Amino acid sequence: MSDAKYEAIKKVSIVVSKGSLEGVYPGLIMANGARMEGIEANLFFTFFGLEAIIKKRMNKLKVATVGNPAMHIPSLLGIIPGMSAFATSKMMKEMDKLDIPPLGEFIEMVFDAGTKLYACKATVDMFHLSMDDFCEQTDSIINVGKFYEIAAGGQIIFT
Amino acid sequence: MPSKTFAGKTVEVDNEGFLVNHDDWTEEMAPEIAKEEGIDNLTEGHWNVIRFIRKDYQKTGQIPTIRRMKNAGGIPTNELYELFPQGPAKKSAKIAGFGKPQGCV
Repeated sequence: MSDAKYEAIKKVSIVVSKGSLEGVYPGLIMANGARMEGIEANLFFTFFGLEAIIKKRMNKLKVATVGNPAMHIPSLLGIIPGMSAFATSKMMKEMDKLDIPPLGEFIEMVFDAGTKLYACKATVDMFHLSMDDFCEQTDSIINVGKFYEIAAGGQIIFT
Repeated sequence: MPSKTFAGKTVEVDNEGFLVNHDDWTEEMAPEIAKEEGIDNLTEGHWNVIRFIRKDYQKTGQIPTIRRMKNAGGIPTNELYELFPQGPAKKSAKIAGFGKPQGCV
């Protein structure tokens, strides 16, 4: 039950800016969790975060094994071919036990839950992408001004 | 521990009104719990979800997640949100006589 002292959060707009598995999942879990609580949710994918909604790439996201001290793998070992794939598959198995789905299914789930998904225009232009590159759940390509318009009246979370 | 009476039966509930013992639940109680959650009429769609939760708990010892309701129960996620607006997992669990779901998804 929410603390009566504070007004409940009604709306969140979450920016996903990273394209690694661990960069994308927290934003999706937060958006999905918001919908589960009846909170309106938007997801705005920008820079490498766009990988999460690019049809050809979305199911190939990997955990970063280099430059990630919390992995407890020395960076020199992290560069070994297959290390990232190995770490990703281990993590996916653990997530599956918690019923956290693979990315494609997760995107479908947050969409079916009523989350709106947007692609960042600047990144789309920079990477020479178009609407055809994105999964069907993508609402539209929007610029940052439009993002603020859509996010109006709610909280913005940057991941 | 607070208690509440649904369909003439007084049962223990937690601070948020979730049943403490899911074995206390009877089908007759569901419409009254649903009313408290703002659902005035339990349709066949609602019952399909409630029965799946009860059945799946018997099988796994856990209440199903939204994903499991879709994959194992054949309940589309968008339909679940339409049936139980503003909190499908919580509301369906409550009406089916279980405690508040503790998972993040």
